[in-house]
Amino acid sequence: MTHVHETPATLLNVDGLTVEYWVRQRKIRAVDNVSFSLDKSETLGIVGESGSGKSTLALSMIRLVPYPGRIIRGKVTLEGEELLKLKNEQMRNLRGRRISYVFQDPMTSLNPVRKIGAHFVELIRTHEPKVTEKEALERGRKILENVGIQPERINDYPHQLSGGMRQRVMIALAIALNPRVVIADEPTTALDVIVQAKILDLLNALRDEYGMALILITHDLSIVLERSDRILVMYAGRVVEYAHSTDIYYAPQHPYTKGLLKSIPNVELSEQTLEAIGGSPPDMLRLPKGCAFWPRCYCATERCREEEPPLTQTGTEHFTRCFPEKKEKNK
Amino acid sequence: MTLRTYVIARIVLTIPMILVLLTMVFLLIRVLPGDIVLLHFQHPTEQQVTDMRHQLGLDKPLWAQYFDYLFGLFRGDLGKSMQDNSPIAQQIFSAFPATLELTIFSMVIAVVLGVVLGVQSSKTYNKPQDHAIRIFGIVTYAIPVFFLGMILQLTLGLGLHWFPVGQRFNPLIQLPQGLSIGGFHFSTGLYTIDSLLEGNVFKFVESLRYLFLPSLTLGLVLSGVFVRLTRSNMLETLRLDFVTAARARGLRESKVTYSYALRNAFLPVLTMVGLQFAALLGGAILTESTFSINGLGRYIIDRINLRDYTAIQSAVIVFGIFVSIVSLAVDLLYAYLDPRIRL
Amino acid sequence: MLSSILPALGTLAKRGLAGWLIIIGAILVVGITVVTAISPWIVPYNPSEIPSSPNILVPPSAQHLFGTNDLGQDVFSRVLSGGGIMLQVSVISVIVCLAIGVPLGLFASYTGGVVDRVVGLVMDSMYAFPGLVLAIAIAAMIGRGAINMALSIAVVYIPSYFRVIRSQVLSIKEMTYVEAANAVGARKRTILTRYILPNVVPSIVVVATVNFADAILTAAGLTFIGLGVPVTIPDWGQDLTNGKNLLTSGAWWVITFPGIMIILLALGFTLMGEGLSEILNPRLEQ
Repeated sequence: MTHVHETPATLLNVDGLTVEYWVRQRKIRAVDNVSFSLDKSETLGIVGESGSGKSTLALSMIRLVPYPGRIIRGKVTLEGEELLKLKNEQMRNLRGRRISYVFQDPMTSLNPVRKIGAHFVELIRTHEPKVTEKEALERGRKILENVGIQPERINDYPHQLSGGMRQRVMIALAIALNPRVVIADEPTTALDVIVQAKILDLLNALRDEYGMALILITHDLSIVLERSDRILVMYAGRVVEYAHSTDIYYAPQHPYTKGLLKSIPNVELSEQTLEAIGGSPPDMLRLPKGCAFWPRCYCATERCREEEPPLTQTGTEHFTRCFPEKKEKNK
Repeated sequence: MTLRTYVIARIVLTIPMILVLLTMVFLLIRVLPGDIVLLHFQHPTEQQVTDMRHQLGLDKPLWAQYFDYLFGLFRGDLGKSMQDNSPIAQQIFSAFPATLELTIFSMVIAVVLGVVLGVQSSKTYNKPQDHAIRIFGIVTYAIPVFFLGMILQLTLGLGLHWFPVGQRFNPLIQLPQGLSIGGFHFSTGLYTIDSLLEGNVFKFVESLRYLFLPSLTLGLVLSGVFVRLTRSNMLETLRLDFVTAARARGLRESKVTYSYALRNAFLPVLTMVGLQFAALLGGAILTESTFSINGLGRYIIDRINLRDYTAIQSAVIVFGIFVSIVSLAVDLLYAYLDPRIRL
Repeated sequence: MLSSILPALGTLAKRGLAGWLIIIGAILVVGITVVTAISPWIVPYNPSEIPSSPNILVPPSAQHLFGTNDLGQDVFSRVLSGGGIMLQVSVISVIVCLAIGVPLGLFASYTGGVVDRVVGLVMDSMYAFPGLVLAIAIAAMIGRGAINMALSIAVVYIPSYFRVIRSQVLSIKEMTYVEAANAVGARKRTILTRYILPNVVPSIVVVATVNFADAILTAAGLTFIGLGVPVTIPDWGQDLTNGKNLLTSGAWWVITFPGIMIILLALGFTLMGEGLSEILNPRLEQ
């Protein structure tokens, strides 16, 4: 894809990734031709409502798309290695070690019948078999401290920790082996607001400390506006806008992105009317002809209803999936 | 509720269930058409009939009989055989260990086979291996236990001479004696354990050889249930977040399957063991007959042929109580293992 | 009749695996029933007659497709006609169960209160009890014969119907339309028959198919123990019982063929039950 840039610092490169699955004899494109790139020490925010395909996208990057989904097209390159071409064993080797994943729901992501320590021991010894159990636990304790948990908790069972603490444990496990890329899928959705901020700051601090790249997936644009370098906005499995976060904030192009911005409450204003985006999330089984967003778009034209707009460059490293004449219209 | 409350409640609940069971068996003998005394003797004299009726207490009013019955059971008196007036309790007691041994080994085979196949089935979801295993599970249940037993006797026993086809032990060797220290003597009646207690490896192997075909028969027929249960539990568990999270950390697939998925999916299998126990006992009767094993099942069949109704009644009661106790034990074990109840 | 069967098969086949299970199961059951029914006209030899100059224990050959047993009877003929008892027993037991178990279940669970508790307790105790043992005990009391076997099996199976009906009734009972009917003053009997019964029928059908399969296996078991039908009537269970003593002679054909028939018949019902269960209570397997 032309819009994906590549610099010497590029760590991860996703090109034309497409994931399909069959439901009740119908085909759904959960992820449709998505491309982006990620540099070292960069944070990419992927934003979209539930069902937009962002989680499927994330899982497909590490080739854990759940059955019956299948990656049918695309390239994922991590530090020059094409992940989709690797053998299963090789891919397994990379997971947790060079690219890791933080799951959304901390309540269900840890093995309920094993202690926290066991999680660390398993992880470390799978990838570094020479490490003894004692050493692995020691390393685990250090990382727990790093993420803000008392090291003694390593002997606890998951249900003995609060939601926020469990999420920190997940993060600790994700960074334990110093990965190049960490994918965090809605890491704070299941947590309350105060804890949310702490976890997000923690992620960024770790990013700086370890020099890794971070992908933050969320449905909440406000979270990534400040904390990410670039933002990818998804709708119905497609990329609808991709730009630096400052550009997204000051010069959004796509009506969907604009709608998302308008619905973010501003704590400083005493009175404000929040505008929601009209309509309801798309039915992936029955996508409309033309642009997937037109039923909810306030400036849809005849052309939008007929043709699907391609992703076009609309600024410096700024791409939008919308017809150019419209942007003139609603500027 | 806490573990302690649950345990107490569960034990207390067993009592009315057993009581209902005992009452039902009591009524069964007396309500069904046919006078058991007349049925027992073919052409009795008047005196014989009166004597037997008196002996069995049938000339007393119903409620008196009922109390005699309950109190007797409480004391451990299971009545006297109509055949020769010997105490039934003793007969049952000596026949019981054989059935216990057969039942335990069969259940072990059923669970192991069922779980292993169930796990395989879940890992190859919707592929030929999965379908084959599912079909296996369905078909094994439709096979009459004694038919399978006979086929195994024909093929593995008489055909290949790998295993003996009948009885519990080699008739040319002394039976396992159990533990003997000084004058103290202890044996369980289960040949496998007794030979181990005796320290005799050869006898142990022999007892296993004789036990293999019968328990394989019963275990195979029962395994289908466990295949299906394990498969569906595994499919559910494999879909859970922490399983994908484990994979995302790069853990080996075998570790994910066993440490993560199976550990969590196993508990319902335990409950099923308790539930299937009743079915197992029914099959044991047929298996004992096929393989000429002198257990409780064989005892009932013999007594039926002798028309010894009091013995049949007592044997049925023992079966029922056995099932209740096993079911109770399984429920308690489950409560102990499930962390939700424990903590 | 044929013209309505084919479209019905078509709809079933479209339902995927479940539909096919029902079709295969039905073929087995109907096939065996038909063969048994017409057996008097198609058997090469008389299955209940003991030949005067017997060729005992002849292996399968051109003259005797499945060989002969220890009395010189042709196994093939006995196989063709041996299903009668089992079919009769299973049908009778299912009918008895339906006649007693369904009304009992509906009435007790709908009425609730003490009645429900007491009946429930009795049913639970019976359910927990080893079925075969109870069937043996009852059969031992009331004697041999096809009908007695059927009754023993029926008694053992009624608790299963009861449980299934009870759980269904309890959930339907709370639904608004039942409350509404009650409010309008409908009689209990009307509510039961018009509202609750139709919803319970699918589950009953599934239990019934399992009942059939189990009845066949239990009947075989009872026969094996000696509580079955008189020896002369051709019956697969009986053949297996006789065959027990013949194992050492290596005459595998005497037991193998009748045994397979029992399996096929029981399997037929089981497959139908599986298929029906999938269709009526679809599992959320994705």
